[in-house]
Amino acid sequence: MAMAGRAIQVSSIIVILLGIASGSLSLPPDRSLHPRILVLVDDLTVKSSHSLFFASLADRGYRLEFKLTSDPSLALTSYGEYLFDGLILFAPAAEHFGGSVDIASILDFVDSGRDLILAADVGMSETLRTIANECGVEFDEDSNAVVIDHLNFAESETDTEHSLIAADTFVASSAILGEKGAEAPVLFQGIAHSVAPANDLVIKVLSASASAYSANPEVQLNGPPSLSGTSISLVSVLQARNNARVLISGSLSLFSNKFFVFPFKKFGSSTSFQRSGNQMFAEEISKWVFHERGHLKAVNVHHHKVGNLEEPSMYRITDHIEYSVEIYEWTGKTWKPYVADDVQVQFYMMSPYILKTLNHNGQGLYTTSFQVPDVYGVFQFKLDYNRLGYTTLAISKQIPVRPFRHNEYERFIPAAYPYYSSSFSMMFGFFLFGVVFLYHK
Amino acid sequence: MGSRSVGAVGSVFASLILLLIGVLAFSIRLFSVIKYESVIHEFDPYFNFRVTQYLSKHGIYEFWNWFDDRTWYPLGRVIGGTVYPGLTLTAGFMWWLVNSLNIPLSVETVCVFTAPIFSANASWATFLLTREVKGTGAGLAAATLLAMVPSYMSRSVAGSYDNEAVAIFALIFTFYLYIKTLNTGSLFYAILNAFAYFYMVCSWGGYTFIINLIPMHVLLCIVTGRYSARLYIAYAPLIILGTILAALVPVVGFNAVMTSEHFASFLVLVLIHVVAVAYHVKRLLSPQMYKMAVMFVGMVGMAGAITLGVILVTLVAASPTKGWSGRSLSLLDPTYASKYIPIIASVSEHQPPTWPSYFMDINVLAFLVPAGIIACFCPLSDSSSFVVLYLVTAAYFSGVMVRLMLVLAPAACILSGIALSEVFSTFTRSLKYQAPLTVESQGSQDMDPSKMNNLSVNSKLGEHSALGEHSSDKPEKNELKEKSSKRSRKKEKDKEVLLKASESDKKKRLLGLPFEASAVGIVLLVILGSLYVVHCVWAAAEAYSAPSIVLTSHTPGGLHVFDDFREAYAWLRHNTEENDKVASWWDYGYQTTAMANRTVIVDNNTWNNTHIATVGTAMSSPEKQAWEIFQSLDVKYVFVIFGGLVGYPSDDINKFLWMVRIGGGVFPHIKEPDYLRDGTYRIDAQATPTMLNCLMYKLSYYRFAEASMDGKGYDRVRRTEIGRKNFKLTHFEEVFTTHHWMVRIYKLKPPRNRLRGRAKKKAKLDVKSSKLTSSKLLPRKNPF
Repeated sequence: MAMAGRAIQVSSIIVILLGIASGSLSLPPDRSLHPRILVLVDDLTVKSSHSLFFASLADRGYRLEFKLTSDPSLALTSYGEYLFDGLILFAPAAEHFGGSVDIASILDFVDSGRDLILAADVGMSETLRTIANECGVEFDEDSNAVVIDHLNFAESETDTEHSLIAADTFVASSAILGEKGAEAPVLFQGIAHSVAPANDLVIKVLSASASAYSANPEVQLNGPPSLSGTSISLVSVLQARNNARVLISGSLSLFSNKFFVFPFKKFGSSTSFQRSGNQMFAEEISKWVFHERGHLKAVNVHHHKVGNLEEPSMYRITDHIEYSVEIYEWTGKTWKPYVADDVQVQFYMMSPYILKTLNHNGQGLYTTSFQVPDVYGVFQFKLDYNRLGYTTLAISKQIPVRPFRHNEYERFIPAAYPYYSSSFSMMFGFFLFGVVFLYHK
Repeated sequence: MGSRSVGAVGSVFASLILLLIGVLAFSIRLFSVIKYESVIHEFDPYFNFRVTQYLSKHGIYEFWNWFDDRTWYPLGRVIGGTVYPGLTLTAGFMWWLVNSLNIPLSVETVCVFTAPIFSANASWATFLLTREVKGTGAGLAAATLLAMVPSYMSRSVAGSYDNEAVAIFALIFTFYLYIKTLNTGSLFYAILNAFAYFYMVCSWGGYTFIINLIPMHVLLCIVTGRYSARLYIAYAPLIILGTILAALVPVVGFNAVMTSEHFASFLVLVLIHVVAVAYHVKRLLSPQMYKMAVMFVGMVGMAGAITLGVILVTLVAASPTKGWSGRSLSLLDPTYASKYIPIIASVSEHQPPTWPSYFMDINVLAFLVPAGIIACFCPLSDSSSFVVLYLVTAAYFSGVMVRLMLVLAPAACILSGIALSEVFSTFTRSLKYQAPLTVESQGSQDMDPSKMNNLSVNSKLGEHSALGEHSSDKPEKNELKEKSSKRSRKKEKDKEVLLKASESDKKKRLLGLPFEASAVGIVLLVILGSLYVVHCVWAAAEAYSAPSIVLTSHTPGGLHVFDDFREAYAWLRHNTEENDKVASWWDYGYQTTAMANRTVIVDNNTWNNTHIATVGTAMSSPEKQAWEIFQSLDVKYVFVIFGGLVGYPSDDINKFLWMVRIGGGVFPHIKEPDYLRDGTYRIDAQATPTMLNCLMYKLSYYRFAEASMDGKGYDRVRRTEIGRKNFKLTHFEEVFTTHHWMVRIYKLKPPRNRLRGRAKKKAKLDVKSSKLTSSKLLPRKNPF
């Protein structure tokens, strides 16, 4: 026991030393360096048919644990502690889960700030549909409907319904899709979903083209399809308010080895692709979902008067003040400085009185200075940073601003000199008058 | 020699009586401490208490510059510049004094007992004032009446730590010094008067009453041809010095010269100078020359005055409120507030009083006052005309606002004291001269033993009768020479008494009433006086001593105490973060900051109508909009006062229409008729959907029906079954409800972590129906 205790001590000292060595980036990691991921499948063949995707995750340090959805020992929590940092749900047809897992526990998992990848497919279960709906994604009512596009499909012998979509309408965000983006169209075969336009938490990452529609190829279409055109989303992500991230795909095969290495030619296009963009897309977006990219953190919010580094409890109107904050981005292993030219701070009381863009030094330190407006009240330094694909930074710090003290006004105002002189001349005159009146006669 | 010794005995006796009056005034106000506890009462006193605490902790400069960021969030309030500091400084000084004498009293104790101490002072000031007007007897009578007048008592029981407690003393004392200056013509008293006025300005916004009443009186004197140098001495220094001093009080500042409330004083100041010059010139010139001069000056002056007047009127008329503050305007035009400023009209103490409240608050004085007025007219002096003028204006103002009954009370006491003393002196005189033993040749020496006899009757009535004789010969002396100084007057008085003794005896005999009538009259007056005392003691013990933060009710099972307010405030203090913002209707703002120490959005200092209207709008809006409004104000907790379970009538549902009105005054989408069913305000099943959906209804009646015994939800204040039951709250969650459900605290829920997609069932139905219709009507093929 004593040995073990000493070992812990030593290791903690090493950790501290390492922390000091790494300087300003000594922030403790928000997330596990080796996140544990639970992969739920309804058929263990998925493990091998999607092995490329899983291998890329394992290479990046994730510890994957494969379980069947029907596994009776299934549990996300143990004594109130979550056992996993992420969940991959590659079981489109699962109606029930074994053990203690159910819809509510999966949603609680998300609400606790953990991440989820959910892949649906044709014939998806009501359970998955409910989970997706709770996350703001509505799948086509008809579980057997597939996305069909007679103009943007990949030519293939097996696909006669034009349901093997070669989609290339990506969201314009390097945070979500990486710096390079997808170089080739992504192959998609599966069910369509839509996102309510008012829902600003869900982002359509991969949308269908204008000529796509959703229908069941087995049944004759009696009316206009319930989903059509660009309103169809193929892959969407949700970033919840607590920064939990959820990926919802209408196609499980998008992640499959088969699609990863599928050479194809897009209909009507002369270029043929040796490989589809799927592998790159899946890897990049999994990086985003598991917070390897776009995860920001603002620390060390500090403000003070110019020339006085101490943080006061109250400012006075027209004070000159400086504000600084450090912003870092998580890379999966370390915090690196976040660099952007559009971070702004508001000096806010019911409405922003001052809105300043922060200057940065490239090392994550953002600063600005300004003069407090000539208005007193309880202000806030408000930093509201919402950028596509990045975590929301919303930090506010309350600070009261007081008016001048009674002795902080100017003692003598030049404009009032006529009044001063008139009052003193009046006093002098009265004194003279008094002397003359009393003693002259 | 004999008369002098009696004078000494009389003055010692009078001092003793005054001391007892002080003790009476102090002790009759202690019922609240004995029946409840030593605690600050009501709403505003909590703010004053908090300010005094700050003063005692941080000193006077910090207090002067205090910017309070815990109220009116996020605007804050500059307390030092918006508060009348008189009360706070007085109590702070007393606390400092007591502590520097090594008597360790807490600030709270000092605050609780400030009001009783100052009501003793006020009684003494009343004595001084009335003595100046009608002599010692009237003074003592008036002081006794004031010591226990219910109207004043309602604002000055122990714990009622409000501005008025100090201000009434300052008011009477200022008037006393004015009368004193008027009677003596002494510049010393004039300067003292200006300082007393300064103290009044420090203490209460009601100082505008003084600065309008005194000019009115001066004007009256000038018009009735009573101008004298004494009047000038009493007036001019007061206005000049008083205005300069008043401008030093931060809350008044330039208002002392800029607002219309002070305009009358300056106009009269100009006038009194014109009159003074006119009198001076008249003395210098011959009558014919004077007439010519008057003609000339009159012509030129008239033209100048008219031009000036026109300029002034246009300037004043340019401002929308004619330069008057809302509260003053509602005094001049009683319908003004209810038309334009619902926030003033919503306060119960700004309502006009009912007739019973006159009887409740000044009781038998209402009947004695007319007699006092008559007494003041025979003979009419400068001072007695002032008292009459004071009464008349105060009576008008009390008719506009029930709160100003407080200003009427001293006037009523003074005049009733005069009346009582006059009547007693008449009766006792009649008794004396109609008595069979009376010898006709009684001289002045014989009067003194009779005084002695009367004085020795150790009852209140005895005092009046004895001292009434003093007062009875004062009018004579007033008639004789008002200019003469005090000392010479005393000498003259003795001579006069000797000379006129026999003549006045005859006069008195002629004025006398039959013996039996006087005896019966005295007995009746004694009964009247006892009725007054009984009423006052009852009012002190029962009506005005409840602190309103603790409620009691008498049930067959015994006394039941409702201490819900403090329970709720204690919960907030112990269970919320220090910087959390708490929203409630403004009535509870002061208490929340003082007792719970949490930031509030609005409080009883109703300086920002828009901010209050925002809270009113939130309370009258549906849950979601209300949540958004509160969220924009960073509010974390909302509480409502609900009396429906125990039958506490002044709860928020009963105040709710004012929230609607005040909110609708700024945000027109809130309309009062939406909350009324056919013009009646109701919360039962007949209530409008707007009413049943608004936040106030929901927060008040959440879980009410389920928790009630029969599941019906019977509201004991409105005496009806509530209209909407078993509803859920989506944006608020109940965090605390006090023992009797009187305070219900809710927390705003954070925004949802995820946004759900469209409700599934609905979507299915829609799709199905559309499918059905489309398939039936338009059988089309796949269009692609």
